[in-house]
Amino acid sequence: MHRYANPARFLKIARVATPIVALLGLALTAAGLWIGLFNSPPDYQQGESVRIMYVHVPAAWLGAGGYLSLAIASATALIWRHPLATIAARAIAPAGAAFTAICLVSGALWGKPTWGTYWVWDARLTSMLVLLFLYLGYLALSASEAEKGGEGRAAAILALVGVINLPIIKYSVEWWNTLHQGSSISVVNASSKIAPELLTPLLLSVAGFSFLFAAIVLMRMRAMLAQQRIEARSRRLAEALA
Amino acid sequence: MRSSANEGPKVKAKHQRLWLVLGALGALGGAGALAFSTLGDKATYFYAPADLAKGPAPTAAIRLGGMVKEGSIERDGATIRFVVTDMAETVPVTYTGILPDLFREGQGVIAEGKLDPATGTFRADTILAKHDESYMPPEVAGAMKKTGRVSAGN
Repeated sequence: MHRYANPARFLKIARVATPIVALLGLALTAAGLWIGLFNSPPDYQQGESVRIMYVHVPAAWLGAGGYLSLAIASATALIWRHPLATIAARAIAPAGAAFTAICLVSGALWGKPTWGTYWVWDARLTSMLVLLFLYLGYLALSASEAEKGGEGRAAAILALVGVINLPIIKYSVEWWNTLHQGSSISVVNASSKIAPELLTPLLLSVAGFSFLFAAIVLMRMRAMLAQQRIEARSRRLAEALA
Repeated sequence: MRSSANEGPKVKAKHQRLWLVLGALGALGGAGALAFSTLGDKATYFYAPADLAKGPAPTAAIRLGGMVKEGSIERDGATIRFVVTDMAETVPVTYTGILPDLFREGQGVIAEGKLDPATGTFRADTILAKHDESYMPPEVAGAMKKTGRVSAGN
C-alpha cells in the first residue's frame, strides 16, 4: 500500500487504468440496463415498476460502499498521513453523495406505485437519508478545510464517526419493523430471492455502476493532483518573480 | 513510508494514532450499541398484531402491520373491511378511501390509524402496501403457486 501512496507512481498507473475502468463501467451498465429495462420479465407483484430496481439497488450499494471507502481513506490519512489518502477521500465523497441521492430519488419513485407513498420515516429510509447528510457534511467541512490549506483532519474524523451509520443501514430491516422489504440478496450465504431472469441484469448493472464509480474517483483524483501541481508551480513562479 | 534514518519516533507516533483511531471507533460502537438497545421498539415503524395483544390497547394513533388474511376482504361501497394477521394474532381493520395497487390478500400491509378499544377494530386513515423481498416473473409465480411452493410470502 505504501508503494502506491506515491503520487507520481499513482498517476502513472491511473493514466492507464482510467479509460479501461470507465469503458468497462459504461459497457456493463449499458448491458445491465438494456436487459433490465427492455429484455427481462416484469415482477409477479409489482409489474413493470420492478425495473427501477436496476438503478436503485446499485446506487444504494455504492452509496454505502462509497462511504466505507471514504472512511478507510480518512483513517489512512489520519493514521499514516499518506498524501494520497486525503485526495482519495475528497474524490470519493461527491460520487458517493450522488449515488446516495440517486438511490433516495429512485426509491421514492418506486415507493409511490408500490407502497402508495413516496416517503415514510422508517428505519431504512431514514438511515439512508442520514447517509446523504453525512456525505454533505463531509463535503462542506473538507471544502472549508481545503480552502484554508488544511490537511482535512476534522473532515476525516467526521467521516470515521459516520461509519456507525453503515451497520444501521444494513440491519435496519432486521432490527426493526420497516416498510422497506428485507434484503433479497445475501452475500454471506451466496443466495438470493430474486429469480435468475431478474438477477442477471441486476448484477450486471451493479458491476457497471461500481466500475463507473471507480472511474469517477480516478478522474477526480488525477484532476486534484494536477491542480495541486499547478498551484505549487505558480507559487514557485510568484516567489521567483518577487 | 519515509526514510529509515529516524524511523523510531515516527513509527511510535503512527502506532499511537492507529490505537487512538481504533479506540475511538470502539468507544463509538459501544455508545451506539447502548443507544440503540435503549431505543429498542421506539424506532419500529409498525406494530404486529401479536405486539398489540401483549400490552394494553394503545389509545394514540399507531401503525399496524402484517398480512392481509386470505379471504378476509369485504367491500361495502368505498369502505373496506379486512383482517391483518401475523400468523399468531389477528386484528380486524376498516378503511375508507383509495387503496394502493399492491393491496391484496396474502400480501403485506401497513395501516395507520387508531384501535377502537370498545370493538377491538382498527380504524385506518392510511393504507400502505408492503412488498416482500422475493422478485420473480409472473409465470414462475404462477407455476410455484400451483405446486404450493409459494407460501403467502411475508
